[in-house]
Amino acid sequence: MKELQVKILKDKIFKVLIVSLSLISVIPLFIILFQIFKNGIKAINFEFFVSLPKPPGEEAGGILNALLGTILLLIIALIFSVPLGIITGIFIAETRNKFTDFLRDFVNVLQGLPSIVMGILAYLWVVKPMGHFSALSGGVALSLMMLPLVIKSTEETIKMVPFSLKEASYALGANYVSTIFRVILPASIGGIMSGILIGVSRIAGETAPLLFTAFGNPFINMNPLKPVESLPLLIFKYAMSPYENWQRIAWGASLILILMVLFLNIFTNIIIEKWKKS
Amino acid sequence: MKTDKIFKGILWISGLFLFFIFLLIFISLFKGSFLSIKSFGLGFLFSKEWNPVTEKFGMLPFLAGTLITSIIALLISLPFSLSIALFLGEYFKTGFISKFLSYTTDLLAGIPSVIYGFWGLYLLVPLIRKLEIKLHVTPYGVGILTASLVLAVMIIPYASSIAREIIKLVPGDLIEAGYSLGATRYEVVKKIVIPYSASGIFAGLLLSFGRAFGEIMAVTMVIGNFNFLPKSIFSPANTMASVIANEFTEAVKDIHLSSLIHIGLWLFIITFLINFVGNIVIKKFKVNERITG
Repeated sequence: MKELQVKILKDKIFKVLIVSLSLISVIPLFIILFQIFKNGIKAINFEFFVSLPKPPGEEAGGILNALLGTILLLIIALIFSVPLGIITGIFIAETRNKFTDFLRDFVNVLQGLPSIVMGILAYLWVVKPMGHFSALSGGVALSLMMLPLVIKSTEETIKMVPFSLKEASYALGANYVSTIFRVILPASIGGIMSGILIGVSRIAGETAPLLFTAFGNPFINMNPLKPVESLPLLIFKYAMSPYENWQRIAWGASLILILMVLFLNIFTNIIIEKWKKS
Repeated sequence: MKTDKIFKGILWISGLFLFFIFLLIFISLFKGSFLSIKSFGLGFLFSKEWNPVTEKFGMLPFLAGTLITSIIALLISLPFSLSIALFLGEYFKTGFISKFLSYTTDLLAGIPSVIYGFWGLYLLVPLIRKLEIKLHVTPYGVGILTASLVLAVMIIPYASSIAREIIKLVPGDLIEAGYSLGATRYEVVKKIVIPYSASGIFAGLLLSFGRAFGEIMAVTMVIGNFNFLPKSIFSPANTMASVIANEFTEAVKDIHLSSLIHIGLWLFIITFLINFVGNIVIKKFKVNERITG
C-alpha cells in the first residue's frame, strides 16, 4: 500500500509542478503590460498624438512623426509584398514541380532569417545606390519580412479550397483566370487577409532592419525618398537615452505600439473565426 | 484562352522573380562581405580581435556571446515551455484555464522585441545589478545573464507551441494502454509521452535556439555592447546581431562595413542550418507518427 501512496504523491507533486511552472511563465506578460500601462498612460494626452518630440529637458512632446512614419513604412511594405506574395502564392499552390518545391523551401528559409539580414539587404539594394537613408529602403526591408507570410498564407488557404469548387467552375465553362479570380480567391480571401494582418502586426513592431534603412527623423516626413521615424525606432532611441522626458515619450509610444499589436491580433482572430464559419 | 495564357505567364514571371530575389540575396551578401572575406578568410570566425581602429576584425567574441546567451536562455526556458506544453497538450486540453493560458502565451509572442528590451532595461537591469552587488561582482546590470533572461521569456511561447504540437501527436492508444496498466499520469508522461516525442521536442528546442540566435533588439538593449570575449555570465558582451545593429550606421571604413555584412552572412548560414536540421527532424517525426500511429 505504501508504494501506491508514494506513486500517487509523486503524481500529485508533478501536477502541481506543471501547473505552477505554467502559471509562472505568464507572469512576465502581466508585469510588462502593467508597467507599460502605468508609465505609458501618464505620457498620453491629446497633444501626444499631434505634436513632435521636444528636445531633451523640455516638458511634453509627442510622437506624430513616428505615427505617420510607421503608417508610411507599412504602406510601402504592403505595396511591395501583397501583390507579389499573392501571385507567387497562387503559382506555388497551383503548379507542382521541382521549381515550385524549391521556391517553397526558399520561402521557409526567408521566414526563418533574422530580420537584421533583411536590413542589410535593403541597405545594399536601396540605401547604397541612392546614397542616403530613406523610407523606401525601410519599406523594402519590411516587405522582405512580410513576403513569406503572404506567400505561405495564400498557398495554404488556396490548397484548402475544395477541388469540387474548381471543377464546378470549369463545368460551367469558366476559364482558368475567372476560376482563380471569381472562385478560388474569393473562397480563400479570409485566410489571405489574416496572413496579411499577422504580417502587419509583426512588422509594425520591427526595429532592427530600420536602424540603417529608414534611420529615423525628428520631423514629419511623408516623402518615401527621405529618412523617416517609426514607432519602434523611436522607442529604442528614447528608451536608451538618459533624458527623463524622452523616456516618458518612449513609455507612451510603447503603450500605443502594444495596443496597436493587440488590436491587430484580436482583429485577425475575428476574421479567422468568421471565415472558418462561412 | 488567350487570357489564360497571359495569366499563367504572369504566374511564372512572379515565380521567376522570387527566384531572382533568392539569387540576389546571396550575390549581395557575398559581394558586400567580399572585402572582409578576402582579408580575413575563415580566420574571421576564430579571431577574437574586433578593432575598427587597427582594422582587424574577427567575430569570435560575438559568436561566443550569441551561443552563450542563446544556450542559457534555452536552459532557463525549457522547464517552463515543457510545462506549458504538457499543461495544454495533456493535463488541461479544454476549458477556461487552457484557453486563458494559450491566449496569454500568444500575446507574449506578439509583443515587439523592442518593448521586451525596454522592459528588461527598466526592470531586470536594476534587479541584476542588486544581485551583482550582493555577489561582489562588478555591478554592470547589463550583460549575458540579463540578455538570457529576456530571451528566455521571449522564446517560451515559441518553444511551448512546438512542443505542444509534438505532444499532441503521441498516439492516444499508447497513453490509454499506460493508464490501463495502472500507471499514474506522471508515469505516463515520464515513460510514454516524453520518450515518444523526444526527437520532436529536440527539434523544437533547436528551432527555439535558432529563434534566440537571431534575436536582435531586446538583446542589444540589455547586453552591454562590449566587443570582447565574455569572462563570466555577469560580464557585458555582444551578439552577432547586436553588433550589426550597433555599428552599421557608424561604420565609415569599407572594411568595417564589409566585416559587419560578413557577420550577417554567417548569421544567415548558421540560422539556416539550425532551421534546416530542426525542420527535417520534425518532418521525420511527423511521418514516423503517421506510419506507426
